Amino acid sequence: MSSNKKYQILINILLVILTLFMVLPILLLFMSSITEESTLIAKGYSFFPKKFSVEGYAYILKNKATILSAYGYTIGITAVGTVVSVLVTMLMAFPLSIRKLPGRSIFSFYVLFTMLFSGGIVPSYIMWTSTFHIKNTLLAYLLPGLLMNAMNIILMRTFYMNSIPESLYEAAEIDGAGYLTIFWKIVIPLGKPIMVTIAMFTGLGYWNDWVNGLYYINDKKLYTIQVLLNNMIENIRALQTSAGAGAGSVGQIPAVSVRMAIAFVALAPILAIYPFLQKYFASGIMMGAVKG
Amino acid sequence: MEERKKHNQKILIKKCIPLYLMMVPGIIYLFINNYIPMAGSVIAFKKYNVRDGIFGSAWCGFSNFTYLFKSDAGIILRNTFFYNVAFIIVNLVMGVAVAIMISDVKRQGARKIYQSAVLFPFLVSMVIVSYIVFALLSVENGMINNSILKPMGAEPVGWYSEPKYWPFIIVIVQMWKSLGYGCLLYIAAIAGIDKSMYEAAELDGASKWQQICFITLPNLVPTMITLILLQVGKIFYSDFGLFYQVPQNSGALFDVTNTIDTYVYRAMMSAGGIGRSSAACLFQSVVGFTLVMVSNLIVRRFSKENAIF
Repeated sequence: MSSNKKYQILINILLVILTLFMVLPILLLFMSSITEESTLIAKGYSFFPKKFSVEGYAYILKNKATILSAYGYTIGITAVGTVVSVLVTMLMAFPLSIRKLPGRSIFSFYVLFTMLFSGGIVPSYIMWTSTFHIKNTLLAYLLPGLLMNAMNIILMRTFYMNSIPESLYEAAEIDGAGYLTIFWKIVIPLGKPIMVTIAMFTGLGYWNDWVNGLYYINDKKLYTIQVLLNNMIENIRALQTSAGAGAGSVGQIPAVSVRMAIAFVALAPILAIYPFLQKYFASGIMMGAVKG
Repeated sequence: MEERKKHNQKILIKKCIPLYLMMVPGIIYLFINNYIPMAGSVIAFKKYNVRDGIFGSAWCGFSNFTYLFKSDAGIILRNTFFYNVAFIIVNLVMGVAVAIMISDVKRQGARKIYQSAVLFPFLVSMVIVSYIVFALLSVENGMINNSILKPMGAEPVGWYSEPKYWPFIIVIVQMWKSLGYGCLLYIAAIAGIDKSMYEAAELDGASKWQQICFITLPNLVPTMITLILLQVGKIFYSDFGLFYQVPQNSGALFDVTNTIDTYVYRAMMSAGGIGRSSAACLFQSVVGFTLVMVSNLIVRRFSKENAIF
C-alpha cells in the first residue's frame, strides 16, 4: 500500500471519530426524547433505550398553554426581530457605503466605536428596566443587544461597496433617480446575498437567545422555548438544592423525556434548514466573522 | 470659486437628505443600546440607589473597586484569563489539524460531510448544550455514570459537585461548540495556497509530513495570527452560557467556573451586589478596550483587511 493511501485511510478514520464526537451528543438528545420515562429513570440516558415512547411529544401537543405558546413566541419574535433588524441594518449600511456622503467618516466612527467600548450589562440592565420599563414585555426579547450591531452594518456596507459597481449608481442618477430609488431598485436586489446571510445570523441569534429572557422575563406566560427550557432546568436545580423540603413550591417539572423532547423541538428547525443554508452560514463566517 | 464649491456642497447635502433620514433608526438604536450604557458606566464610582437612578446617586470614589479586588477579583480574573488561554491554544491546534485533514480528504462527498458535522454545533443554543451535557453527566441517570462507569464496576461520579473535572469539561464543550468556526477559516486559507508548491515538493520527494510543515503551516501563519489576536482582544470576556448554564449554576463549582461575566450577573441579581458588579463590569470594559485597540493595531500590520479599523 502506498504511503498516500495509508494517509487517506488515517485521516478518514480520525475524521469519522471527530464527526461522531460532533454528532452523537445531538443523537443522544433525540434518543432520550423518544425513550420511555421509566426506562430513562431506571437505566439513564442511553443511545440504545430498551423501550421507546413518543409520550414526550404527545405531552407537548397537549400543553397548548405553556409549551406551544412558548414555541409561538419564539417563532414570532424570531420573525419580527429578523425583519426589523435586517431593515434597520440595511438602512444604516447603505448611506455609509456612499463615498461622497458628507459627514460619512463621522457616522462610520459612531458605528465603529460601539465595537470597541461597551458599557456592559449593569448600566444596560438598569436603563432597560428603569427607564424603558421593558421588564415582562415582549420588547425585552427584541431590543436589548440583539436588534442591530456594528459588525453587521460594516459587513453589509463593505459588501455594497465591493459588489455593487458605482457606475450603476451614476447611471441611475443620470436617469434622475434619487437615493431612495437607488436603494429600492439597485441595492436591495443586488445586495440579496448579504441580506440572506445577515438575516440568518440574526434569526439564529433570536431563536437561540435565552439571556434576555433570563434578565427581563419572569412572567411564565411570556416564555419563549429557550427561556422555558432554562426555567425548567432551574426548577430542577432548586428542587435538588432544597432536597425535597418545600419542593412543591417550585412548580411542576415535566418528566425527563418531555424536557428532552422540548429541547429537541427547539433544535429541530435549525437541523432542518441547516443543509440548505449551510453555504450562507459558511460564507457569513468567512466574510466577517474573523472579526466577530 | 469658493462660492461655487460651497454651492455644490449644499446641493450634495440636499441630495443626501434621504440618506441621512435612512440612518435615523439605526443611530437612535445605537445611541440607546450602546451609548447611554457607556455613559452609565460611571455607576461603578457611585453608591447606587434605585430612587436616584445612575446619574443622581452619590459618588463613592473607588470603594466599589477596593471591595471587588479585596474579595472575589482574584478567582474570576484567573478563571476568565486562563480558560481563554486554553481555548486559544485548543482552537489553534485542533482547528489547524482538522482543517488540514479535511482539506486533504480526496472524496468530495466525505469532505462535505465532515465539514458540515464540525460546523453544526456552532448553531446550537447554550441551553440545549447544557441539556446534552446534563444527559451525559447527571448523577442519577446520566449516560456516563450509568452506561460507562457502572458496567466497568466503577463508582458513579458526582459530576456537578466535583470541581476537579470542570476545567476539562469546559474546554471540551467549548471545543465541541466552536471548533468548526476557526476550522472553516483555516480550510479557506488552505484552499488559497498555490497547488504548484505541493507538486514541486512531491517531485523533490517531500513526504506528506514535510509538505505540511514547510508549505501548509507557513501559509497559515497570517490566519493564525489574526485569529489569535482577535481572541486576545477578548481575553477578559467569557461566554456567559458556557460558564453559567453548562455547569448548572452549581455553587460547588464556582471556584473553577466563576468568570467575570457570571460574577457580574450573580452579583447584580443579589441584594447589595450592584456596586461590585458594576465595578467588575467597568474593569472588563476598560481592559477590553485597551486590548482590542492593541491587538487591532497588531492585526493591521499582518493583514489590513482583517483589522476592525
